[in-house]
Amino acid sequence: MADVIQQQVQTATISGHHEVDYLSDGNGIKDWLYTVDHKRIGIMYLILVLTAFLAGGLLAMAIRLELLTPARTIMDAETYNRVFTLHGAIMVFLFIIPSIPAALGNFVLPLMLGAKDVAFPRLNLASFYIYVLGACMMLGAILTGGVDTGWTFYTPYSTSTSGSVALTTMGVFVLGFSSIFTGINFIATIHKMRAPGMGWFEMPLFVWGMYSTAVIQVLATPVLGITMVLLVLERAFGIGIFDPRIGGDPVLFQHFFWFYSHPAVYIMILPGMAIISEVIPTFSHRTIFGYRGIAFSSVAIALVSFIVWGHHMFTSGQSQLINGVFSFLTFIVGIPSGIKVFNWVATMYQGRITLKAPMLFAISFLLLFTIGGLTGLFLGSLSVDIHLHDTYFVVAHFHYVMMGGTVIAFLAGLHYWWPKMFGRMYNEKLAALSCALIFVGFNVTFLTQFVLGSRGMPRRYYNYLDQFQPLHQFSTFGSWILGLGFFIMLGYLLASLRGPKNAPADPWGGTTMEWQALSPPITHNFSGTPVLTRAPYDYRNVPQGVDK
Amino acid sequence: MSVVETIQHDHAEVHDPHQQHHFATAEQQQDASKIGMWLFLVTEVLLFGGLFVGYIVMQGRFPEAWKSAHHHLQRELGALNTVVLLVSSFTMVMAVQAAKLNRRKQLIGNLWVTIICAFIFLIVKYFEYSHKYHEGLLPFKAFYSYTGPQVPGEFHFFSFYFMMTGLHGFHILGGIAVMLWILKRAYAGEFTSQYYTPVDLIGLYWHLVDLIWIYLFPLLYLIS
Amino acid sequence: MSSHSSHHDHTKLYATTLGGLLVLTAITVAASYVNFGSANIVVAMFIATIKASLVAMIFMHLKDDKPVNAVIFTSSLIFLGIFLGFCLLDADSRDKVVTGHLTWVEEQDREEAKKKAKMSPAADHHAPAAEHH
Ligand SMILES: [Cu+2]
Repeated sequence: MADVIQQQVQTATISGHHEVDYLSDGNGIKDWLYTVDHKRIGIMYLILVLTAFLAGGLLAMAIRLELLTPARTIMDAETYNRVFTLHGAIMVFLFIIPSIPAALGNFVLPLMLGAKDVAFPRLNLASFYIYVLGACMMLGAILTGGVDTGWTFYTPYSTSTSGSVALTTMGVFVLGFSSIFTGINFIATIHKMRAPGMGWFEMPLFVWGMYSTAVIQVLATPVLGITMVLLVLERAFGIGIFDPRIGGDPVLFQHFFWFYSHPAVYIMILPGMAIISEVIPTFSHRTIFGYRGIAFSSVAIALVSFIVWGHHMFTSGQSQLINGVFSFLTFIVGIPSGIKVFNWVATMYQGRITLKAPMLFAISFLLLFTIGGLTGLFLGSLSVDIHLHDTYFVVAHFHYVMMGGTVIAFLAGLHYWWPKMFGRMYNEKLAALSCALIFVGFNVTFLTQFVLGSRGMPRRYYNYLDQFQPLHQFSTFGSWILGLGFFIMLGYLLASLRGPKNAPADPWGGTTMEWQALSPPITHNFSGTPVLTRAPYDYRNVPQGVDK
Repeated sequence: MSVVETIQHDHAEVHDPHQQHHFATAEQQQDASKIGMWLFLVTEVLLFGGLFVGYIVMQGRFPEAWKSAHHHLQRELGALNTVVLLVSSFTMVMAVQAAKLNRRKQLIGNLWVTIICAFIFLIVKYFEYSHKYHEGLLPFKAFYSYTGPQVPGEFHFFSFYFMMTGLHGFHILGGIAVMLWILKRAYAGEFTSQYYTPVDLIGLYWHLVDLIWIYLFPLLYLIS
Repeated sequence: MSSHSSHHDHTKLYATTLGGLLVLTAITVAASYVNFGSANIVVAMFIATIKASLVAMIFMHLKDDKPVNAVIFTSSLIFLGIFLGFCLLDADSRDKVVTGHLTWVEEQDREEAKKKAKMSPAADHHAPAAEHH
C-alpha cells in the first residue's frame, strides 16, 4: 500500500511518462482542444462557465445601475429589456446549468468513483463543443440585435417581437444537447464505472446529486428542444400552436416551457445541494447524518420536480382546477428539501467545525437557501402568488435559490476542489473576506427586493414610482458590495495559479476517493485500480488535526 | 488510513482491441454502451413526445378539422409503410442475432434488406408528400394553400402531419446512414460474437423508429 | 461476455412476433372502418400499445435484458404521460370563454385571407360564450 503511493509520487515527477499530472501532460493547444480526459474537459468548461458568469454578472450590475433612479440612468428602455433578457439567458443556460455538473462534476465525479474516466469520453468532448456552438449562437444573437422577451420567451410576444428570437432559441436548443450528453454520460458512468467494492450506498452524496440531476437532464431537456423548434417555426411560418392570432394557445407554450424549466430549477439546485453534502461532513469532521435520507431526497426532488411546473402559471389563465392541483403538489417539494437541510445541520451538531473557505460558503448556503426555499412556499400557495406574481418578491426568491443556493454552493465546491484541480492553495484570509462581502452584498441586494416586491414593485419594469427609490438604491448599493467580493475572489484565485504546486493530496481531511488521488491527479487518475474498503464520511480513523 | 487500496494494473492481461482502456472489462463497456443508448432513446421519446402532446391538444381544439383533414391522407399507403417498417424491424433483429452468432453473411444480408426497406418507406413517403404538395396541403399558415372545402383548423393538422412525419423521416435517413457505416464494418469482418455492440445499438435505434411509427400511423391516418 | 443475452437461434420467435405485428396492423386498419364513436381512438391506441410492447420486449430484448434498461425506457413513457396528462387536464377544464374567442379569431383570419373584407358582427355573439347575462 505505502509503496504504491510512494510510487505514484515518484512517477509523477518523471515528465513524458504517462503518469505525469494531467495539467503537465502535453500543453500544446491541440493537447487541450482534442483531449478526452474528463479533467481537462472539466477545466475547459470551467473557464467558459466562469466567463459566462462574468458577462452575466456585469449585465446584472448594469441593470442595478439603471434602476438607481426611476427614469433613465444609463440606458434606454429597449436596451434595458435586452439587458435583463440577456442576463437571465446567459446566467441560466450558459452558467448555472453547466456550472456544477459539466465543470466541477466532470472533474470530480470519475475521481469520486475511482474511475479512470467517464463512460463516454468522446461524447463528453462533443458535449463541450456543442456548448461552445450554442454559446456562439447566443453571442451571434446579441450582435444581431439581441432579444427583449425575457429568458422565458413567452408567446405571443416572442412570436411577434423583432430581434434575434430565432437565433437565441436555436442557441438554447443546441445548448440543450450539450446538457443531455452530460446527463447520459453521468448516468452510464455512475451505473457502470464505480470502483470495485463501491455499492450504491457507498457512493459519495455528490454522486447521488449528480445522478438525480442527470435524470432530469435526460428526461426534461428534449422537451425544451422541441419547444424551441416549435417556437421558431411558429414565428417563421405559423404552425398555429402557440400564437392566438392563428388559433394557437399561448398558455400551452408556458406548459411546454415549464415542463422543462421547472425541473431545470432542480438541474441547477440539486448539484448545489450535492456539493454541500460533501463540504459539511468534511469540515465538521463527522459522518454525514442521514446518508440515505439525503440520497433518496435527491431522487425524490428530481421526480417531484416534474409534477409542479404549473406553479409558474397561476395567473396565466390556465384552468382553476390545475391551479389548485399544482399548488398542492408544489408543497411536496418542501419535504425532501427540508430533509436535506435538517440532515446537514444535524451533521454539524457536535462536530469539530473548521471554518475554512468552503465551509464558510456552505454555511452561507444553508442560511440563504433556507430563505429562498421558504419564500418559494409563499409563492407556491395560490392566493399569495396572485398578489406576488411578477413582482420583485419573485425576483428575490429565485435569486436566493439560484444565487444564494447554487452559486454559493458552486463557490463552495470551487474552493473545496481548487487544490485538487490545480494543485495549489489560495489565500485563505482573502477567501474569507470575499465570502463575507458576497454574503453581505447578496443580502443587501436581494432582501431589499422581498420588501420591494411585497409592496407591489413589478419585475422587469424600466421605470418605477418615486416611493420605491430608496429601496432600489439600497439594492443597487448591495450589488456593488457583491461585485467587490467577486473581484477579490478573481484576484486571489488567479494569483494562486502563479504559485508553486504546493497542495497536498488531501488538504481538508476529506474521506471520499478523489482525495486519494494526487493534487493535481495523474492523467489516469489513480495508478492502478482503486478498491473501496470503507464507506465515505467515515471519520473514525482520520487523524485529528490533519488540517490543523 | 486510506479509504482505498490500489490494485496494480496488470499489463500482461490480454485486451480485446475494441475495449477502451478506461473500462475494466469488455462486458462493462458493453453494458455502459447499452445504458447510454437506452438513455438516448429516452430523449428521442420525449422529443417526439412534445409533438405528440401538441398534436393531441390541438386535436382537442379543432376536432372537426382533424376529422375532415385526415381524409386527405391515404391510409393504404400508411398501412403499407407500417408493414415495410415492421418487416425492417424483423430483419434488423435478425441482423443482430447473426452478429451475435458469428454469421457474417446473414448479418450483411439482413442489413441490406433493412436498408432497402428504409428506402421503400422513404419512396412511399415521397409519393404521399408530393400528392399533398400538388393539392396545396402544406404545413404552416405561410405555405398552406388548399382551397377546397374545409373547416377551420385544417392547416394546424397539416403542420403537425408534416412536422411529425418529417422528424420521423429524418430519423429514417439518419438510420440509413449509420446502417451503411455498420455494413461497411461488417464487410470488413469487424463484428464477432465477442464484439457486436454497434450492431446491437443501431438495432435498438431502428426499433425505436419503428415504435414511433406504430403510434404515428393510427394517430394521423386512422382518426374517425 | 454477455451473460444476459443468450447466444441461441431465436429466428422462430422473431418470425412469430413479426406475424403477430402484421396481424395487429390488419386489425387496426379494419377497425378504423368500423364506427365505434369516440372509442375508435381508444381501440387504435390499445392495439398500438400491444404492438409497441411486442417490439420493445422481443425485438429490443427488454424481456431478457438487464432490468435497468427497462426501467430507463419505462421512465420516458411515465414522464411523457405526466406531460400529456396535465396539458390535457388544463385544456379540458379551462374556461370556455377563451376557446370560444379563439375560434372566432380563427374565422376572422380565414375571412381576411379570402379577402372578403366583411366586418364580422360575430364578435358580440361568440365572445361571451360562457358568460351569463
Ligand atoms: Cu418552479
